[in-house]
Amino acid sequence: MSSITARDTPRGFSVQEYLTCLTGIVWREGLRFLHQRERFVSALVRPLVWLFIFAAGFRQVLGISIIPPYETYILYEVYIAPGLIAMIQLFNGMQSSLSMVYDREMGNMRTLLVSPLPRGFLLFCKLLAGTAVSLLQVYAFLLIAWLWDITPPAAGYLTVLPALILSGLMLGSLGMLISSGIKQLENFAGVMNFVIFPMFFASSALYPLWRVQEGSPYLYYLCEVNPFTHAVELIRFALYGQINWISLAVVAACTIVFMIGAILAYDPSRGLARRGPAGGEG
Amino acid sequence: MTSPAPVTEQRQMPRPDAAALPALSIEGVSHSYGPRRALTDVSFDVQPASFTALLGLNGAGKSTLFSLVTRLFGIQSGRVSIFGHDISKTPGEALRLLGVVFQPRTLDLDLSLTQNLLYHAALHGISRREAAARSAELLGRIGLEERAGSKVRDLSGGQMRRLEIARALLHRPRLLLLDEPTVGLDVKARADIISHVRQLVAEQSIGVLWATHLFDEIMPSDDLVVLHQGKVLAQGPMSRVVAEAGAQDVNTAFMRLTGAQTMPGGGA
Repeated sequence: MSSITARDTPRGFSVQEYLTCLTGIVWREGLRFLHQRERFVSALVRPLVWLFIFAAGFRQVLGISIIPPYETYILYEVYIAPGLIAMIQLFNGMQSSLSMVYDREMGNMRTLLVSPLPRGFLLFCKLLAGTAVSLLQVYAFLLIAWLWDITPPAAGYLTVLPALILSGLMLGSLGMLISSGIKQLENFAGVMNFVIFPMFFASSALYPLWRVQEGSPYLYYLCEVNPFTHAVELIRFALYGQINWISLAVVAACTIVFMIGAILAYDPSRGLARRGPAGGEG
Repeated sequence: MTSPAPVTEQRQMPRPDAAALPALSIEGVSHSYGPRRALTDVSFDVQPASFTALLGLNGAGKSTLFSLVTRLFGIQSGRVSIFGHDISKTPGEALRLLGVVFQPRTLDLDLSLTQNLLYHAALHGISRREAAARSAELLGRIGLEERAGSKVRDLSGGQMRRLEIARALLHRPRLLLLDEPTVGLDVKARADIISHVRQLVAEQSIGVLWATHLFDEIMPSDDLVVLHQGKVLAQGPMSRVVAEAGAQDVNTAFMRLTGAQTMPGGGA
């Protein structure tokens, strides 16, 4: 073959190349997910336990009045379904982002990062791929929930999709941002205790905020500023074909901020070699 | 990822004749992990169509160097360029021309051989059809075409390495980096891989940088870079390096070079 010179090589990348890369990353993530059946099952069991056991038990305790987007009285199960959907995405986002940073996926991250495409774009694709996986989980959950008589309007299954993509991206980038700030992580438990549980409980996932306000105004404010609340509300309204503009704005803004932060803070040397504080002054 | 401006930035040399561009050029690269210095002022070139052996013990800095060349780490000081493309400034153009086989296995064990290759091709923006054709061709060349659909998990260590090399060649790079690719392989698999890579140099004019600590993988016609404790102790054609060290073979030459470094009072 002829020798190559710097001038021979094309400059930049075409839209087609970006798309090929994006679909390739999402495709692989999907394939891997299908191979990990335990992950799929546990991702489903978690919200189903809440739905079948917790919600059934609390049905009589908590009365839900008619609040938007609902037009009739609803069962408690119906109320918490969007919260559980967001919980699926929360767990999935944290899990996939943490594995991106720590050893388990390090080999794969190397393969990913030697791609010539811009690193920010690669990380974005990776987040989108994680979101795509969460969509599979969410729709499987919605199917089971439907059998359990949680039946949003048919169009809702479609209108919820953009909301799910946005909230999935937000939670995935939050996971990536958090993991870049943690020095050492022995297991998932720390993130569970300090991120997932507080975010989940201090939100509108399990109880409407007006009820929280009656109980504790402070908790109410906390819930109001919790981006997870807005992810839940965005999904809740979208599932009924409506848009909660405030939630949309909050989730969109948080997604942008978290994602930019995560991409800037991403340090591939982390988790790569156990050499203490890596990265240096660079 | 931020990195301080390379020190050598100011001496903006006129671009030499394109044909003379080295496949890989490393100029004055230093790297530290916090207070620990991993590389100190490392400079060497890899020419196209050459086999350059990067010889060093474990911990000499080989893997750090690989991480810098592959843009995994930001460059702290110095300059790395691939066919004239600075890895810090135009990483896309540089990485297009680079194929790499990392020391730890980086294949998806649960995916098939073809799926692994297609994924890699997608990362380089190669269309699905083109990728499928190239994958089939490369699998044929490494004698694994019949295994195309089986899971990578079922391959032997040597087969996995061959697959990783095939994967690294999928986007037709002009420079191939291999980080101790024969570690953990049996004699036969090792010989196969070495001869395969040497064939690539001869037939496709690929520049190869082969990191190793195994002396018997190096041939007299190879270029040699001796890396020890983050510093380049010697470089040049192997025969010259050996002769200059006043030794008969690489083994002795390496011992003399590195021994001199650690002798009390003999240090820099």
